[in-house]
Amino acid sequence: MTQQTALTVPCPECAADVAFAEAPMESEIVPCGDCGADLEVRGTSPITLETAPEVEEDWGE
Amino acid sequence: MNVLLLHARVRVEEKLLHAELTRRGHGTTMLAVDDLVLSLPPRDGDLDVRPFDVVFDRCLSHSKAQAALALLEGRGARCVNRAEVARVCGDKIATNVALVNADVPVPAATCAFSREAGVTAIERLGYPAVLKPPVGSWGRLLAKLNDRDATEAVLEHKETLGGPHHGIVYAQQYVEKDGRDIRAFVVDDDVICAIERRSPHWITNTARGARASGLTVGPALERISRAAARAVGGGIVAVDVFEAADGALLVGEVNATMEFRNSIETTGVDIPARIVDALERAAGADEVGAPARAREVGHA
Repeated sequence: MTQQTALTVPCPECAADVAFAEAPMESEIVPCGDCGADLEVRGTSPITLETAPEVEEDWGE
Repeated sequence: MNVLLLHARVRVEEKLLHAELTRRGHGTTMLAVDDLVLSLPPRDGDLDVRPFDVVFDRCLSHSKAQAALALLEGRGARCVNRAEVARVCGDKIATNVALVNADVPVPAATCAFSREAGVTAIERLGYPAVLKPPVGSWGRLLAKLNDRDATEAVLEHKETLGGPHHGIVYAQQYVEKDGRDIRAFVVDDDVICAIERRSPHWITNTARGARASGLTVGPALERISRAAARAVGGGIVAVDVFEAADGALLVGEVNATMEFRNSIETTGVDIPARIVDALERAAGADEVGAPARAREVGHA
C-alpha cells in the first residue's frame, strides 16, 4: 500500500505520480496515467492506493 | 432521510448519486460490501441498520449483493432494490422465468444441464443462438453459435474450463436487430427514458463499445418495459429490449443495478435525481405512515 498526504500519490505498480484534482472518495477507481493500472482508493486521509481487484465473473449491472 | 449506499466500487454513478443525496440534505453512508459483517443471530459489532431509512444496493457482485440484501432485509432494513428483485435480475434464467410467467415477450430460449443435452437443446432452438452465462453482465462470456460445430466446441470448453455454474447451458435465439438494441430505464413503474445502443458488433453493450443515443419512449416500448419491470418485482431497473426485423419488441434481460453515466446527456433526463426521488418514496413508504425507519429484528 502506498501513502502520501498531498493530492499526488505514487502508483503502487509503477511509482509514477497519480494526481487528484479534488479529494477522492474511498473505493473510487482511478487509472494510473503511466502504466494504465486500475487503482482503488483505500483511504482518503491520507490518500492510499492499492491495485484494484480484477473484475469477477458475477460482476455487472 | 438516512441512506446506506452499499457498493463495491465508487464509480461515476455512485458519485452522482452521492452528490444528489447530499444536495438534498440526506445523510448518506457509503459502505463497501467487503467491509460488511452481519452475524446470525445478530451480534454486537455488526452493522446496525436502525439508523437507515433505506439501504440502496449498488454492489457489482451479484452473489455478494444477493446475500447481503437477504441478511439486511432479515433485520428489517428497507432495501432498494429488494433482495428478491436483485435475485431475479441477477440470474438470467430466473429473469426469463419471471418474464415468461408474466407474458412479457422474450426471445425463445432453452436450458440444459449437461454438454450433451445442451447440444440437443440448442439444435432444437435453431441457429444462430446466443449462449449466455446465467450470471454475468457487460456482454461478457456471450457466444454466438452459428452451427453445431461451434456449439460442440463452446460447450466442451465450458465444461472443461468452467466452474459449477457453467454446467448450466442457457441459450437465447439470436435476434436480428439491425445492429442496435434499446435500454429503457424504469423507476417505480415509470419509464423515465430510453437509449438505443448501436454497434457494428452483434454485442451491443456500451461496456463493449456500443454508442448510446437518446430514444423517444413510444407506447409499445413503454408498455413492454413497464411489464418487464413489474415481472421482476419493480423498483429501479433497466430493461434491455430487442426490436426484431418484424418490429416486435422482445425483452432480453433486466438489470437491477443499472449504469447510467452515458444516458443522462443523451436522454436529457436527470437519472440520479429520479433515482433519489424513488429512494425518498421508499423511505416514506412505511405501511402505517410512521417515519420510515428500518425495523430491526433482534439486534443486540
